[in-house]
Amino acid sequence: MHSFGYRANALLTFAVTILALICAMASLSDNLNTPSPTSQVQVLNINWFQKSTHGNDEPRAKVGSNLQNIGSIGSLWTPVWCQPRTLQRLIQQVSMTLNISANLQSLFTWNTKQVFVFLAAEYETPKNSLNQVSLWDGIIPSKEHAKFWIHTTNKYRFTDQGSNLRGKDFNLTLHWHVMPKTGKMFADKIVMPGFRLPDEYR
Amino acid sequence: MENFEITMKSIRSDSVRRITAQAISMGMIIASALMMWKLWMCLSGSDSPVVVVLTGSMEPGFKRGDILFLQMNDSPIHSGEIVVFRVEGKEIPIVHRVTTVHERRNTDEINILTKGDNNLIDDSHGIYADGQLWLERSHIMGRVIGYFPYVGWATIIMTEKPVIKYLLIGALSLLVITSKE
Repeated sequence: MHSFGYRANALLTFAVTILALICAMASLSDNLNTPSPTSQVQVLNINWFQKSTHGNDEPRAKVGSNLQNIGSIGSLWTPVWCQPRTLQRLIQQVSMTLNISANLQSLFTWNTKQVFVFLAAEYETPKNSLNQVSLWDGIIPSKEHAKFWIHTTNKYRFTDQGSNLRGKDFNLTLHWHVMPKTGKMFADKIVMPGFRLPDEYR
Repeated sequence: MENFEITMKSIRSDSVRRITAQAISMGMIIASALMMWKLWMCLSGSDSPVVVVLTGSMEPGFKRGDILFLQMNDSPIHSGEIVVFRVEGKEIPIVHRVTTVHERRNTDEINILTKGDNNLIDDSHGIYADGQLWLERSHIMGRVIGYFPYVGWATIIMTEKPVIKYLLIGALSLLVITSKE
């Protein structure tokens, strides 16, 4: 009963139980935090919108010719020659210029490791009740970085499974996923409706 | 040395009844552990409610050796959720985040594209089966609801160096046999 083996066993069990308990409490403490995030997204410029070789719609960057009065400074930010191509499908990558600003500082607690934030375009089609396409994502490692403003083109292709994007109304939703140092993960979003793709290919 | 001799003598002189009692209690421990595991499988709705992260494709969020708690239910899968899926022909399940969702009207069918946070391109280029562009609900084992760091290293070490697994089991059984309880 008093041998080294038994004592080591008892100590180890106790230590593991206490550790598990502390981790659970740390996770529960996250529920005490009431976040109040804000965000705003502007689509500065939708570049040329063309049907790709595979028959799917996607807004595309225009090659070469002068960008006319689409309106804002944003159009000069996306030189087409430096956008990568996916050789397998011969589709150029998209460029829709976006201005994303958000303040997610209230999401951070002492148990937060990072916040994964991404912007998705959501729309409906006759065949699909919901389509969510991720346009941009980023990782916020700490509270200081959680208040940000970013001017960018969309990181990922905006493309549909069919040919439904002409004149499509879509919502831009900013989602965030809080990844804790230990315990339960939680997620939420802000929906920003009211965006629309052009009616005709350009 | 003397201690060892005394222990061996005491084992040999034990009655059958005591050994049977010990075997039964061992059996009870194993059976109740199995029952708890099955119960957890039932509650989480997934075949394996806990998985260990094996690769660095989700860093800095999940590192190799972390364990993830999964849950599977019928509620729709939305973009941003971290899911564990298995591709046909490949044995190891993969933990990545959903980036694109196309959900069919009126049926339960869903087309999903995933991507690891630390990867530059999405999974349809290389991780899915040849020619596969989308994941469906049947491929998904569960979505991640919680996470503990570092605990999975024990499993990784035991899988990659089976010697340690046998050593551990041998030591534990020796402990049980030589105990006087």
